[in-house]
Amino acid sequence: MTLTTPSAKLNSYRAGPDDRGFFGLYGGRFVAETLMPLILDLERAYEAAKADPGFSAEIAFLNTHYAGRPSPLYHAERLTDHFRAQSKTGGGAKIYLKRDELNHTGSHKINNCIGQILLARRMGKTRIIAETGAGQHGVAVATVCAKYGMGCEIYMGATDIERQSPNVARMMLLGAKLNPVTSGAGTLKDAMNEALRDWVTNVHDTYYIIGTAAGPHPYPAMVRDFQSVIGRETREQMVALEGRIPDTLVACIGGGSNAIGLFHPFLDDKSVAIYGVEAGGHGIDIHNGHAASMTGGTPGVLHGNRTYLLQDADGQIEEGHSISAGLDYPGVGPEHSWLKDSGRVTYVPATDTEALDALKLCTRLEGIIPALEPSHALAYVTKLAPTLPCDNLLVMNLCGRGDKDLFTVAKALGIKI
Amino acid sequence: MTTPTRIDRRFAALKAAGKKALVCFVTAGDPDFETSANILAGLPKSGADVIEVGMPFSDPMADGPAIQASSLRALKSGQNMIKTLKLVADFRKTDPDTPIVLMGYYNPIYVYGNERFLTDAKAAGVDGLIVVDVPPEADDELCLPAIRHGLNFIRLATPTTDAARLPAVLANTSGFLYYVSITGITGSAAPVATDVHSQVARIKASTKLPVAVGFGVRTGEQARAIAEGADGVVVGSALVTAIQQSLDKEAHATVKTVPAVLDLVSSIAGVLKSA
Repeated sequence: MTLTTPSAKLNSYRAGPDDRGFFGLYGGRFVAETLMPLILDLERAYEAAKADPGFSAEIAFLNTHYAGRPSPLYHAERLTDHFRAQSKTGGGAKIYLKRDELNHTGSHKINNCIGQILLARRMGKTRIIAETGAGQHGVAVATVCAKYGMGCEIYMGATDIERQSPNVARMMLLGAKLNPVTSGAGTLKDAMNEALRDWVTNVHDTYYIIGTAAGPHPYPAMVRDFQSVIGRETREQMVALEGRIPDTLVACIGGGSNAIGLFHPFLDDKSVAIYGVEAGGHGIDIHNGHAASMTGGTPGVLHGNRTYLLQDADGQIEEGHSISAGLDYPGVGPEHSWLKDSGRVTYVPATDTEALDALKLCTRLEGIIPALEPSHALAYVTKLAPTLPCDNLLVMNLCGRGDKDLFTVAKALGIKI
Repeated sequence: MTTPTRIDRRFAALKAAGKKALVCFVTAGDPDFETSANILAGLPKSGADVIEVGMPFSDPMADGPAIQASSLRALKSGQNMIKTLKLVADFRKTDPDTPIVLMGYYNPIYVYGNERFLTDAKAAGVDGLIVVDVPPEADDELCLPAIRHGLNFIRLATPTTDAARLPAVLANTSGFLYYVSITGITGSAAPVATDVHSQVARIKASTKLPVAVGFGVRTGEQARAIAEGADGVVVGSALVTAIQQSLDKEAHATVKTVPAVLDLVSSIAGVLKSA
């Protein structure tokens, strides 16, 4: 029986969303009427592009020659040894890092931007807008806009502009117009509100490149599809290296695009244990002190989709907190919410301090400075890996490099720059 | 819905009198519960035919700076869904006739609980709902249950609602249709009256429902120009801006706050009704 038969599809974790954009309870299209025709148009354009072999060939070409894919699957020997030395059971998983931080622009964000800019061009759009938190998505958008000569405006919270100044400079150098957002706490959520306000105003020429696997349908599915190159490569590379697929996957979750990209191709492999690591901030018990929407939130509707949100009892959205600007978002992609409820993926938090410790560990043991976002994933690996047997193949998605975080990290660690 | 609601009766009466409806939007609890209650109580006498009461939300994505600020003022003063429903119930004690429409975003309703919300809203004396981010594609979530509770579900049609889409927008709409005169957020630049007239004519060819036009209407003259061919106009950002400008340095209400709103409504109503 192949996976395409209907009965097999019912038993698959990879069949969603349904034709209204729902993953079970989550997802959907909760947007203002002005945007509905655009969303439906986008869905039609994406379906047509998916059916066109020329579209995937174009993406594959750019992935190879522009983004630098495939990214290596790297056996982190010293991290492995470190965890084995700590293991109380004489175990310690074999650690592999999926090196998506080596992509052009320094993170996995380029995977999505290549796909969406090609789609925007097919749709005849001439102006691109985007929101950004850590600035990694903003840089990736500004990059593909420069490559294709498209007008580009980026919405970024004023707080984030301050803590991610290297990425701000990169975006401006790439020719993007940066719009600081001062509403709310001036972080990713507020930037997304402003980007939606721009889109609703400039409906005719503008394409909105959402940076994560969230927002109204078809964005969550589309962004997942573009990011799934991470998991497909991992599968192929692990089989080539070890003769089998991995046993454990770990990735950090803000909106969750790097994570769903790694996880999705493995969701139906029951032997694979999957962990998503949310931003625990100051601690999951501290009210409004973290950004772990699944571990510490409840279902609600925001930014076009139903998903787990950080909110109060009246349905007002809370700001949350994370040292990592890329994880500092009160929601999460709807497919993750569904994977949480279905129990297929385990979601856990890691605090600011744990992430900083993991960043130091990786830097000293492997000579790789990870971004603060994947440092959260590594923080959980430091707990998990020593409990696993030596033959457990663990892949962590190293989805971004730490250059952008040097100022934040130096400040937190008391290093003078 | 078989029995006419307050909204149906009000639009029918205005039509019979050859008048346009003035629909006024204010946010519940802006700048505080008591002042907000006084504004609501004064609106009908000042010329408001239908009142839209905004349910404050932390992330009003379709609104411009004026209504965003209004929403945040209300939340800061402690407004929540329970108090918003109480505000309407208090208003109903002294005004049995003026239609009240609750307007806002889905999340505070969803978190309150859809069935509980519809039951409590109906009991408080609410007549209709405008929920900006629940499109016709999701009618089974809130629109159809609202109709079962005897509430009008009022939809927005916009310049992007083309002929192919209009039937879906009209399908379960009742009370009136809210035509959003521009692509954009609330309180943006004023629409061009002639563009609005042709769009309203297009919509009225497809429905017998009254059409009220909103977004960007600030003065009586604008209201009168926009209302031509339509059944009414909606004024919102201009009213909450009047509230904002009347506040003291700590953003608290002053003696000027209630008159500032009611005088503006009277002046707009005066010009609109003189047509």
